[in-house]
Amino acid sequence: MNDLLKIFLSAMLIENVVLIRFIALCPFIGMTTDVKKSVGMSGAVLFVTALATAATWPLYMFVLVPLHLEFLQILTFILVIASLVQLVEFYLKKSAPALYSSMGVYLTLITTNCAILAVTFDVITKGYSLVESLTFAVGVASGFALALILLAGIRERIKIAPIPAFLKGTPILFITAALLSMAFGGFAGLIK
Amino acid sequence: MKKYIGLFTNGLLKENPLLVIMIGLCSSLAVTTRLVNGVGMGLAMTFVLLMSEIMISAFRKMIPTSIRIPVFIIIIAAFTTIVDLVMKAYTPALSKSMGVFIPLIVVNCIIMGRVESFSYKSTVGESIADALGMGMGYTWVLCAISIVRELLGAGVFLGMKVIPDEYTVGFFSQSPGGFFVFGILISVGFAMNRAIERKGAVK
Repeated sequence: MNDLLKIFLSAMLIENVVLIRFIALCPFIGMTTDVKKSVGMSGAVLFVTALATAATWPLYMFVLVPLHLEFLQILTFILVIASLVQLVEFYLKKSAPALYSSMGVYLTLITTNCAILAVTFDVITKGYSLVESLTFAVGVASGFALALILLAGIRERIKIAPIPAFLKGTPILFITAALLSMAFGGFAGLIK
Repeated sequence: MKKYIGLFTNGLLKENPLLVIMIGLCSSLAVTTRLVNGVGMGLAMTFVLLMSEIMISAFRKMIPTSIRIPVFIIIIAAFTTIVDLVMKAYTPALSKSMGVFIPLIVVNCIIMGRVESFSYKSTVGESIADALGMGMGYTWVLCAISIVRELLGAGVFLGMKVIPDEYTVGFFSQSPGGFFVFGILISVGFAMNRAIERKGAVK
């Protein structure tokens, strides 16, 4: 149990996917114009990351490794994720229209979200078991959510703040991200 | 000929994928702690972009519109696998220091964006010019970021030690430095584009 908690916390805070490892920066910049949007995006990412890990881990361990087809990892993983996202979309549209209308737009964007592909690769490289992999996936997705919601909150304040003219627009977002990233650097000593 | 030069230079500054369109950011910040990584990532990316654009523009009339995205993904993934395996075999140290970011080329928005919006509608020649322009535009920004970060963070400039260890700023070789340098660079890019526009308006 302790180990799982460790994996979760380090995936969420110490190795924060956006702020420390620079993965999934596109939604970090594009999807944080308001808090509501970033919550929707984070929810969709959380859902799909866990699902994708649950699908690709057994595929790699029980199909690709016994057949010595590890070199097809990139190709198979991206295909599995892409078709999974499509399936989820169909399913939600049919059976949970309310959820679909709040999450649907983000689902289409998720296929090319680096965080999901990175998680499925990471758990293989790190040699995690299935349970550890899922914990890691949820941890990474929570870290993603945390970073997105924090930036979205700050962005709403930036709108009314006096900013130097040459930093107006996107540059200030990166300076903000740099400061956030520095704050997350403080978590480094959390787990020995 | 002029058209091709126009397409090529387009990617360098005016529609620079990183500084202006701001897609494909992840790899550009993560690997740029050292110049070698920046150049390696830039070349790997240019190769995948060029080959995918050539393939897709050559076969664009045969790819049905409704399933084009999966087809694009498979083509891009195939070339990414080639790059990944070649780098693992010939430059193992470089491949290791970039880690997961080589496989992540497959979901790099720049490639997907360019094949979808450009090479699916253009000839092979135009696609080559566009891919080279975008690839070079991506590579030079990577080099610029990594030169600054390597100089200030590790005190090394083009392989030479110029700043003694006591005076280097660790901030720049860590994650916050990446965001910071990139933020400054975007504002410089904006200023450059604005200056070019103003010059054009005066004429």
